[in-house]
Amino acid sequence: MTYIPKPKLHHPDLPKNKLGFTHRDYEGSVSTLCAGCGHDSISAAIIQACFELDLPPHRIAKMSGIGCSSKTPDYFLGNSHGFNSVHGRMPSVLTGANLANKDLIYLGVSGDGDSASIGFGQFAHSIRRGVNMVYIVENNGVYGLTKGQFSATSDKGSKSKYGALNSDSAIDMVAMALQLGATYVARGFSGDKEQLVPLIKAAINHHGAAFIDCLSPCVAFNNHIGSTKSFDYVREHNESVNKLDMMVDHDPIVADYAPGTMELVTQHDGSVLRLRKLAPHYDPNDRIAAMSYLGERAAQGEIVTGLLYVDPQGEDLHDYCNTIDKPLNELGTADLVPGQAALDKLNEDLR
Amino acid sequence: MPQQIAATNDFVVKFANVNGSGSASANELFARSILRMGVPVASRNIFPSNIQGLPTWYEVRISAAGHLGRRGGVDLMVAMNPQTWGADVAEIEPGGYLFYDSTKPMPPSKFREDINVVGVPLTDICNRAFTDPRQRQLFKNIIYVGALAALLNMDVTAIETLIAEQFQGKDKLIAPNVKALHMGIDHVKEHLAPLGLRVEKSDKVGDRVFIDGNSAAGLGAVYGGATVCAWYPITPSTSLAEAFMKYCRKFRLDKATGKGKYAIVQGEDELASIGIVMGAAWNGARAFTCTSGPGVSLMTEFVGLGYYAEIPAVIMDVQRGGPSTGMPTRTQQADLIGAAYASHGDTKHPMLFPEDPGECFEMAALSFDIADRLQTPVFLMLDLDIGMNDWLTKPFTWDDKRELDRGKVLSYEDLQAGKEFARYTDFEGDGIGARTYPGTHPTKGSYFTRGSSHDRFAKYSENGTVYVENVTRLLRKFETAKKLIPAPVRHDAKQKTKYGVLYFGSTTPSMHEALESFEAQGIHLNAMRLRGFPFADEVEKFVLEHDQVFFVEQNRDAQCRTLLVTETGLDPARIVPVLHYDGTPITARFIIEKISALLKARNVAALREVAR
Repeated sequence: MTYIPKPKLHHPDLPKNKLGFTHRDYEGSVSTLCAGCGHDSISAAIIQACFELDLPPHRIAKMSGIGCSSKTPDYFLGNSHGFNSVHGRMPSVLTGANLANKDLIYLGVSGDGDSASIGFGQFAHSIRRGVNMVYIVENNGVYGLTKGQFSATSDKGSKSKYGALNSDSAIDMVAMALQLGATYVARGFSGDKEQLVPLIKAAINHHGAAFIDCLSPCVAFNNHIGSTKSFDYVREHNESVNKLDMMVDHDPIVADYAPGTMELVTQHDGSVLRLRKLAPHYDPNDRIAAMSYLGERAAQGEIVTGLLYVDPQGEDLHDYCNTIDKPLNELGTADLVPGQAALDKLNEDLR
Repeated sequence: MPQQIAATNDFVVKFANVNGSGSASANELFARSILRMGVPVASRNIFPSNIQGLPTWYEVRISAAGHLGRRGGVDLMVAMNPQTWGADVAEIEPGGYLFYDSTKPMPPSKFREDINVVGVPLTDICNRAFTDPRQRQLFKNIIYVGALAALLNMDVTAIETLIAEQFQGKDKLIAPNVKALHMGIDHVKEHLAPLGLRVEKSDKVGDRVFIDGNSAAGLGAVYGGATVCAWYPITPSTSLAEAFMKYCRKFRLDKATGKGKYAIVQGEDELASIGIVMGAAWNGARAFTCTSGPGVSLMTEFVGLGYYAEIPAVIMDVQRGGPSTGMPTRTQQADLIGAAYASHGDTKHPMLFPEDPGECFEMAALSFDIADRLQTPVFLMLDLDIGMNDWLTKPFTWDDKRELDRGKVLSYEDLQAGKEFARYTDFEGDGIGARTYPGTHPTKGSYFTRGSSHDRFAKYSENGTVYVENVTRLLRKFETAKKLIPAPVRHDAKQKTKYGVLYFGSTTPSMHEALESFEAQGIHLNAMRLRGFPFADEVEKFVLEHDQVFFVEQNRDAQCRTLLVTETGLDPARIVPVLHYDGTPITARFIIEKISALLKARNVAALREVAR
């Protein structure tokens, strides 16, 4: 971490987005994580994604649980409300927040301890319910804040910094999200911002539960030889199935690409995802095939990344609950309180 | 010939049934018919944690005097369950009546000599008229209602009207039900004489309504402006969430679109339920959960977050017998300490104690205002007796001029006009800072909510001075809470006395009955009904005015007394616990017996005895 405060003066030539905001307007407090932490790269990717999407920062709510990853919402989007809640319980808090106001963007940031162990149930049920959110797991396979215990995403046979071998099977969060019905599932790597930023942008524009498993090596406790979550290991085994571009408001240009190498997906909100295929037969619209492909590659020791599955017409919890269009937190007495006349009738029925 | 209890409009009927036999609606029909005759009743289900097969009882106290607590003892037992026959027969008061299905002869050893046995061949009558097995089961119940109506001299028109109302829309069912009713009536008229117990028309019910506390609280949540409910099924609170759902569908659908002005989520557990409530409340919706003791235990971590991060939330706890799984279908007031100080670290939470369904409605609505004003979790403490039984209660009223009180919230306009925002700063001395809802303003009013220690601007801080300032402010806020909790209600004795009683919640009707009885004996007791926590200053004054105060509670450990002593520093010796905790609702008989014994030990005898 650095102790030098960020300068408040901005360079006059900093590029501005459509709202007139610069990159700096999407930043937060100075990170207190370790120098070189993968999580800081993810924060930077979130900042860039929001800047590029021209999002008003205050219309985003940042939610997290407990752990290194869950501290990060303080380090981006300083003009957004943030909620650093209870260990493993971000999904329920986010669900409630979302129910209260369907108009905000909900960005849930969690870690592998927070989501794969103590909060595994809440992760699962928020996905099942189709909460309209971006759910990012900053996955390093280790408990960082408590200094290096294995987490539930740590691969069987992976070695700890102190030499212990992990004997438990790993939970694959992407496989879980696919099985549970997430309508947008991606895996990124904190060391590949070029891949990660479009994945976050498309997830934000997705209507429904969007899940991103982002491998994010822990430089302090899980970056050694023998670990399957180190920078080197992930780089060597990263198999990206596609390269995503995200376009809003303009027609995609596809002329440069050979036939069959490009796929266009139009999401619910009109945004267009342009996918350049790296694995020629990989179809991100086929959930069952995605599950099987991921399983096969994982058995080979490969880590599949990219946009793994998208249902562009996803539905969300508000659709299922049939809530009115106006956010519930904007309803007042006249909308909500039936009054004495209704009670008079009810009293009559109760005699 | 045994003695025959003779009573008009003042006796207890108990139905012993088998769970799942369809008896519940017939029994309720019986109780409601008496209400329609203008005679107050108090009805109570005594049921097992079971869906089908185990014994269940329904007790109806008919009381012209309007005593709505459980009386204890049974004057007329409707023994429909062979499994519990022995215990049911034993429970009848000497001179009381045993009503049973006499289709199969019973040996004389199965009866008692000091009771009056009334046999009606229900199965035989029923089977002669109906062939379908399910119909036979259901109509047998209606036949006994008819037989009882004739035996007790009840108004048949009232019953017929209720049947017609109940099956409105399913009109085909009216005629066979009325037919079954008359089969019972006719049999009694032909073969039996009326009992010494009688129901006579009266005008003692007034405009009161008959409803259970869970339904009333669900309705109160609608009137309190709750828009988000997250819950997990648990006896005895489930019907509260279901009532909220029902009333939302009735009152909260947008006329133009048919869409709902509410969202209800059945969580995967109590942790998720309270988490959803916290998230929604943080984001400016009024949100609540309903649960029982085990659920409160699970929710405590979040309750601590709500306390420290200052998030308004309402938790409706329908208390049952604890600890652990305890007695899920029995009543207690045993979650008080657990709720008051829920969570680790120094925490305390406001609680409300409704006395009946009428107050369940009022206090449920009020709890949302209190939570918003105080920005903290608030507990509404029902219990199974109030929650799951139909009570006669004052009709629901609402002041149409009343606005939802959202507490201190800064709007876009406030922030734009330059109003200072510092989330946890006590500008007004009441311990409460203003909050903002997420998304209010592009550049002002955002803050980071956390359960870790923070300064008055919501910034992370582990500085000891900052911490102490913050948690001391929370104590000031708790002082403010005293003014928002409904004041205690005091009933003074007709004469000056050194003795007082404290009580709350579902104890109320039995306590009032006991007080009437004491007054009649010339024993004077001042009484104070607590309506919430923290305790108002009057409570401390009340205790100090008396040499001794009896604190009547439905738990083993005198939990409310512990709260009172802890929070006020009152001398525990002044406050004598009177505790009922077998899972049945407390009775006036119990209170009278216990307090009489305590007074006797203090040489206070009834005036009549002294006069003698």
